[in-house]
Amino acid sequence: MIGRPWWTPWLWLAPALILLGVFLVYPTVDTFRRSLLDQRSRDFVGLDNYRFIIENPQPLVSDTHSALLNNVMWLTLFTVLTVGFGLVFAVLAARVRYEAVAKAAIFVPVAISFVAASVIWRFMYEFNSEIGTVNAGVTSLGGDPTAWLQNTGGLQTWLTDTGPDKWPGPLQINNMALILVGVWIWAGFAVVVLSAGLKGISTEILEAARVDGANEWQIFWRIIVPVLSPTIVVVSTTLVIQALKKFDLVWVMTGGRFETDVVATLFFKEAFIVRDFGVGAALAVVLLLWVVPIMVISIRRFQFQEETR
Amino acid sequence: MARRNPSTATEAALGGLLPAIRLGEALKWLAARVPIHLAVIGLAALWSVPTIALLVSSFRDPRDIATSGWWNAIKSPLDVTLDNYEKVLETEGMARAFFNSLIITVPATVLVILVAALAAYAFAWMQFPGRNVLFLIVVGLLVVPLQMTLIPVLRLYTDLTIDAEVPVIGGRVFGTGSYAGMWLAHTAYGLPFAVYLLRNFFGSLPRDLFESAYLDGASDLRVFFRIVLPLSMPAIAALAIFQFLWVWNDLLIALILLPDPNLAPMTLKITNLVTSFGSQYQLLTAAAFISMALPLFIFFALQRYFIQGILAGAVKG
Repeated sequence: MIGRPWWTPWLWLAPALILLGVFLVYPTVDTFRRSLLDQRSRDFVGLDNYRFIIENPQPLVSDTHSALLNNVMWLTLFTVLTVGFGLVFAVLAARVRYEAVAKAAIFVPVAISFVAASVIWRFMYEFNSEIGTVNAGVTSLGGDPTAWLQNTGGLQTWLTDTGPDKWPGPLQINNMALILVGVWIWAGFAVVVLSAGLKGISTEILEAARVDGANEWQIFWRIIVPVLSPTIVVVSTTLVIQALKKFDLVWVMTGGRFETDVVATLFFKEAFIVRDFGVGAALAVVLLLWVVPIMVISIRRFQFQEETR
Repeated sequence: MARRNPSTATEAALGGLLPAIRLGEALKWLAARVPIHLAVIGLAALWSVPTIALLVSSFRDPRDIATSGWWNAIKSPLDVTLDNYEKVLETEGMARAFFNSLIITVPATVLVILVAALAAYAFAWMQFPGRNVLFLIVVGLLVVPLQMTLIPVLRLYTDLTIDAEVPVIGGRVFGTGSYAGMWLAHTAYGLPFAVYLLRNFFGSLPRDLFESAYLDGASDLRVFFRIVLPLSMPAIAALAIFQFLWVWNDLLIALILLPDPNLAPMTLKITNLVTSFGSQYQLLTAAAFISMALPLFIFFALQRYFIQGILAGAVKG
């Protein structure tokens, strides 16, 4: 290494640190502060805004409980489905000669904006089965068409025509329909990154396992999944962060109506439509609290990576 | 393993010329292979249905779209029209929105690469106190939800607004309703990922290269421009695509920081089409396809670099 004045590194870092400080660090600190103030950010109100979220006094205007539940649903179902699909598809595609083309087909939706994707899917979910692709498929299989984005019932209500019209948020058909769109968009990301990791597994290990009589099922669970686990963690972390931040998709497709609000859309309504900055900021802090465990895990991982570099 | 099976396949295909035991093996092999092909082709086809639906619909007459599914157009392939595209581009102000998107996206992409590369070089190849802690904080900022930053940034922009018109591209000089404000915001939001990706890549370049360059008396700037940047083109190309996609597809930041409808990017324009025209699918489909055409083109053009770059950043460790 060459001798440099002590300030040289800081000169190189300065543009990045200034931008990050202004746009990410300062707002994070400021949001914490505002979440303790009233709706005009004038008077100190303690934890009242957080109490509002917990007690949920206006479920008809902004249903905080339903939004929190929906976010839990997004976090788990979206992440599990996307990683699961990505893993299975990456493993299967690696065994055919047209792997690149197959992966490209899955990747195309990644390049599509959430807004454009929402447009396509409103069209796919159209109630009229002469026009809506999904309902056309359903009716050709002998099922009843349904309004996918408005239906707050559960799968059971739809399939058997019995049961309540309104199910708890995470079990609503329209929430599942929204999550499937998210999976459609993000699967390409999971496939590409996981299949890149798959290329790093030595073929000798796999051959040795086959010679020893392991079947494909055992190879998948005992070799591929453990060896790929760092990559699976990277993909899952990214997807969890995406699920937490989910806004565009819900906003364009349902606007949060029919009990599909998530924390990010509710935050947007509170802060910019209701104009209650206090509750808005508190909702944003709730989002941030959810990602603290993820941050701790990632930081541990990065430290480990540094040490083993 | 992908390469090994096809050669077995050729052998198996010749099975008819060989003893019957070979034929039995070939059938067994076929029984194992066919489900894989079915699954891969089936899933890829299923995944393409929405995109194909959109593409087909965008070339159809409004009355056809309103009365029959897109799959009917494939039965009579000559029944296509460019009217939807013409209407969207001419009457809805979409052309202006397309250029607005470009005006926002291109500088924001260039800026994030430049700023992140400078920081990543310092993190990877310079020694200074607090280096690792600072890097972890930068990476940790990946998880800050953008929604949370927008209220303070909006207030800051309102205070700092410079209310003079910029020539040619339009908008204010700075503050809400300014392109400069959009560029800085998008650059900052892209930085945590960009610094992380580039620092991993820069750090993996061979140490010898740097040491011999420093011994020859090369300055940091020279090493940065002559060695680091050229060798890192794959990672930079990958980053360029990611950043381009994110900024091009952004709705939230534009919605809040760019209130002037004349400056609005395509995402905002299309959203307004959706809400104000309800179910006018013929315009929606064409507009959506126009908005995704450019990112798709860039993705396919740079795909080779893209996959290499992802390997560098995410798979290591």
